[in-house]
Amino acid sequence: MNVMIAAVADSPILAFPILTALVLVPLIGAGAVLSFGRRRPEWTKLAALSSSVVTGALSLWVLQAFDPADAGFQFVSKHEWIPAWGISWHLGIDGISLFLVVLTGILFPLVIAGVDPHHDERPYLAWMLILQAGVMGSFVSLDLFLFFVFFEIVLVPMYFLIGGWGYDDRVYAATKFFLFTMAGSAFMLVGIVATALLSRDSVGEVTFDLVALAETGSLSITEGRWLFVAFAVAFAVKVPLFPVHTWLPDAHTQAPTGGSVILAGVLLKMGTYGLLRFGVYLFPEASVWARPALYTLAVIGILYGAIAATMQSDLKRLVAYSSVAHLGFIVLGTFALTDQAITGGVMQMVNHGVSTGALFLLVGMIYERRHTRQIAELRGLQHVAPIFAGFFMVVMLSSIGLPGLNGFVGEFLILIGAFDTARWWVIIGTFGVVLAALYLLWAYQRVFHGEPDEANQGFAELRLREGVLLSVFVAIIVFTGVYPKPMLSRIEPSVAALIEHVESRTDYQRPSQGEAGD
Amino acid sequence: MDLGTDFVAPTVEWYALSPYIALLGGLLLLLLVGALTPRWRRGWYGMMSATTAGVAGVLAALQFADLGTAAPRTLVKGALAQDRFGLLAFITICMAVVFTSMTMADAAARSAADTAPRSTDSLEHYALLLTAGIGAAIMVTANDLIVSFLGIEILSLSLYVLAASDRRRAASQEAGLKYFILGGFASAFLLYGIALVYGTTGQTGLNDIGVVLADEVSVPRNDAMLLAGIALLLVGFGFKVALVPFHSWTPDVYQGAPTHVTGFMASLGKVAAVVALVRLFVVAFPSRADDWRPAVFGLAVLTLVVGSVLAIVQTDVKRMLAYSSVSHAGFMLVGLEAAGRIGSESASDGVSAALIYVVLYSVLALGSFAAVSIVAGAASATSLDVFKGVAKTNPVFALGFTVLLLAQAGVPLTSGFVAKFGVIRAAVSTESYVLAVLAMVSAVIAAYLYLRIMVSMWLAEPVTVAPRTITIAGRLTLGVAVVITLVLGVLPTWLLDLGDSLTSLVR
Repeated sequence: MNVMIAAVADSPILAFPILTALVLVPLIGAGAVLSFGRRRPEWTKLAALSSSVVTGALSLWVLQAFDPADAGFQFVSKHEWIPAWGISWHLGIDGISLFLVVLTGILFPLVIAGVDPHHDERPYLAWMLILQAGVMGSFVSLDLFLFFVFFEIVLVPMYFLIGGWGYDDRVYAATKFFLFTMAGSAFMLVGIVATALLSRDSVGEVTFDLVALAETGSLSITEGRWLFVAFAVAFAVKVPLFPVHTWLPDAHTQAPTGGSVILAGVLLKMGTYGLLRFGVYLFPEASVWARPALYTLAVIGILYGAIAATMQSDLKRLVAYSSVAHLGFIVLGTFALTDQAITGGVMQMVNHGVSTGALFLLVGMIYERRHTRQIAELRGLQHVAPIFAGFFMVVMLSSIGLPGLNGFVGEFLILIGAFDTARWWVIIGTFGVVLAALYLLWAYQRVFHGEPDEANQGFAELRLREGVLLSVFVAIIVFTGVYPKPMLSRIEPSVAALIEHVESRTDYQRPSQGEAGD
Repeated sequence: MDLGTDFVAPTVEWYALSPYIALLGGLLLLLLVGALTPRWRRGWYGMMSATTAGVAGVLAALQFADLGTAAPRTLVKGALAQDRFGLLAFITICMAVVFTSMTMADAAARSAADTAPRSTDSLEHYALLLTAGIGAAIMVTANDLIVSFLGIEILSLSLYVLAASDRRRAASQEAGLKYFILGGFASAFLLYGIALVYGTTGQTGLNDIGVVLADEVSVPRNDAMLLAGIALLLVGFGFKVALVPFHSWTPDVYQGAPTHVTGFMASLGKVAAVVALVRLFVVAFPSRADDWRPAVFGLAVLTLVVGSVLAIVQTDVKRMLAYSSVSHAGFMLVGLEAAGRIGSESASDGVSAALIYVVLYSVLALGSFAAVSIVAGAASATSLDVFKGVAKTNPVFALGFTVLLLAQAGVPLTSGFVAKFGVIRAAVSTESYVLAVLAMVSAVIAAYLYLRIMVSMWLAEPVTVAPRTITIAGRLTLGVAVVITLVLGVLPTWLLDLGDSLTSLVR
C-alpha cells in the first residue's frame, strides 16, 4: 500500500490549518456565547449562528478544494500533543470522511437557525457548538487517541442536550445514552492502548498514529481479531447494531428536535465511520474474518428495525427505528468490501443524515403544532397543510429509497455491491426495503390522509422559516439523487485504496465488477 | 574515657529536611503562640496553618527540582527516602493541608453565622491538620518499616480526632469512634506484619529487606512467616487505603465526618497510604512479586467492582463519593499490579501510573468535597436532594463541580482521563488485559453515580431559590482544583515527562 503512504507524504500541508479551524471555530463560538452573558440574549444567537455558519463555509471550502483524484489524506495537519505517549494532533480527510465533514458543517447551522430550544437558549447553543466541535474532530482525527477523545467528549454535550431540553422521560433516556456509549468505549480504550503497544515492534515506537499503525504495524491474527472486537463493540453501540440498539429509540424520542436531528444526522455516523476507518483500515484481516457475524447483525438490524418501526404508535419512535434499519444497510455495505458497496455505504451515511434529519425536523414541527406525536391522534393533515405534506412526502420517499432521490443511489449501490460477497444476506436484507415502504407509507397515510377532525383542523401551514430550512434538505435530496456523480467520484478513489489495502494484507480478493456509479 | 575523640557529630542535612522542619516548626509555633494568646480573629488560625504547609510545599518543590539532576538518596541513616516519588506526594500533601485549612475556616465561619452561639473555629483543629500533614509526609518518604509505622500512627490519630471534630453532631462523634476502633485493628495487623517480616529478614529498612530477600538462600522462597508478614501488611494497608474487603469503615466515616475533613481524608489520607504501600511492595518485596501480585489482582478486582456498584445505589452524596474513592483505589491497585510484573520492562510504568493517579485524584477529591461542603451549608445535609437545581441558583459553581465529576468519571480532556489512561496503559503493557477491561467497565458503572449528581444539579427543580453564598476560600479551592483538572487534562505532557524520574526510588 505505497499509494497511501506516498499520498500522505505529498499532500499539501497548507499554511492555513483548515481542519484545525473546523474544530476550533465552534469552540470559540461556544466561548463567545457563554461570555456574552444574560444581558445580551440577542447576541448569543448571533454568535452561535455566525460561528457555525463560518464552520459550514469552511467545510464547503474544503469540499471545493478537495482533490478528487487523490485517494490519500488531504489537508493534513500534524503537531505533537503528548509526545511521552506517542500522541499527536493529527488531522486529515479523504473521500470517506469528506462528505461527513461537509454534512456536519451544514447540518449544525441549519439546526441552530431553524429549531428553537424554547428555554435556556444560552447553554443550549453552547452545548450545540461544543457538540459540533466534537463531531467534527472525530471525523478528521487520524490519531487513535485523539479520535477517542472526540468520540467520548461528544457524549457530554449530547447528554445535556437530551437531559436539559428533551421531553418527559429525558433524564432516563440521556443517562441510558451516556452509559451505553461509554460502556462500548471502555473496550475501545483498552483496544486502542493495546493496538499501540502491541504494534510497538513492527512500527518501531509506541505511537497512536492511525496511518503509521495501519500501514506499517503488524499484529498476529489472534491479536488483530481480539482488538477488532474491542473496537467493534464501541462502534456497534454507536451505530447502533442489534442487540445494543436499545438506547436509540429512547434517546431519539426524548431528545429535543435539534438533538434528534444531530443524533440521527451525524452522531450515529461516528459509529459506521469508525467501523470503516478504525475497523477495516486498521484490522483488515479481522474485518474479513468477522464479515459473516457483522452481515448477520446488520440484516437482523434491517429487518428488526423495519418490523419494530411498523409497530410504533409514536411517529418519532417510528423514525428512530427506521434509523436502525437504515444503518444496518450501511454496515452491510461496509463489510461487503467491494467498491460499490462501500461507496454506497459512505454515500448512504450522508443520505441518511439528510433525510432522517429532515424527517425529525418535520416530526418536531408536527409536535410544535399539535403537542402530540401519537399517530392515532393525527389525521388529514394534507387537507389543512398541503405544502407541509408535500415536503414530508419528498423526504419520506427519499428515506424509502425512491429512484431519483438520494436514498435510492446509496441503497442500490450497497445491495448491488454486496450481492457478490454477501449474496444470501442481501437477499434477506432487500425485504427491508419493502418494509421501509410499508411503514413509512402507512404512517403517511394515517397522518396525512383522511378528513381532519376538530383537533387537526387548526394545523398551521408551513411557515417561511421552516420552508427555507426544509428546502435546503430537499435540494440536497434531489440533487444527489439525480446527479450523484460529483459525490461518488470523490468517495471512490479512497474506497478503492482502502480495499487494495485490505487485499494486500489478507487473501481476500474483491470480485471483479464494473466501476461503481457508471 | 575520651569521648571527645570518638564522638563524631552526625551531619544534619538541614536543607534536605527543611520541609519536615517547616511543618513541625509551624505546628509548634501555632500551638505555643496560640495557647498563650487570646482567641485569634476568625480565619487567622487557618491562615497560619495554610502558610506553614505552603512554605513546606515550596521547600519540597525546590528539592523536587534539584533531584532532576541528583540521584535519589536516603536521609537520617536510611530512615527517610529522598526521591521524586516521595516528594511529589509530599507536595500534594502540603497542597491538601493548605486547601483544607481554607475550607475548614470557611465551614467554621458558616456555622458561626448560622447556629452556634460562638465560633467553632478552634486552634486545635488546625494543629491537627498540620500533625496529620507531618504524619503523611513521613509515611510517603519513610524508608524503614518502623518509621513508616510512626507516620501511619501520627496521621491516623490526627484523623480520628478530626473525624470527630464536629462536636455538635452525633454522627461525627460516631465516625470518629468507628474509625478509631477499626483503625486500631489495622495498626495491630500492620505491627504484626512488621514483626514477622523483621523476624524472617532481621531488617526493618526497606532497602535492606529487599537485599536480604533477593538472596533466596537466606530466606527460602516459600517461607511461611515472611508470606504471612506480607499478607498482614497488605491487610493493614488495605484498611488505610480502603480496599475491598477492608473498606467497610469508609462510607460511615466519610459520611459522618465534617465534609472538609472528609475531603482531607480522601486526598491526603489516600496519597499517604497508597504511596507508602507502593513503596513498600516495590522496594522491599520485589523478589516476592509473584506471591503478592495475585493477591493485589484479587483486591483490585474486588475494589473496582464492589466500590463502583455500591456507589451507584447510595442516596447520600458523601457516601457516593466515599464508595467512588474506594473504586478509585482499585485503579491505583491496577498500577501496583502492573508494577509487580518485575520481569517486564514496563513494570515501572505501573509505579508512576499509580502515583500520578493518586495525586490527580487527590486534587479532584479536595475540590469535590469542598463543593459538597458549600452545597450542604451549615446544616451538613448531604442527601442527593439538597443538590437539586443548584445549577439554576449557582451556575458557575455547578459548572465547576460538573468538571470535577466528569473528571472522576474519566471523560477525556480532564486530568481524570489522563490518570485512567496511564493506569490502563501500564496494565496493557504488562499484558493484564483482564484487569484493564474490568477497570474500564467499573469506571462506566461508577459514571452513573456522577451522572446522578449532575442530573440533580442541572435537571431537577431547585429546592430553594436563594443562591448559596460561596466565600473566597470556597471559590479558590474549587477554582484551583478545576484549573488543575483542565490544564493537566489538556496538556499532561510535563507531568508525564516526569514519568521516569518518578520511578527511580531509593533502592
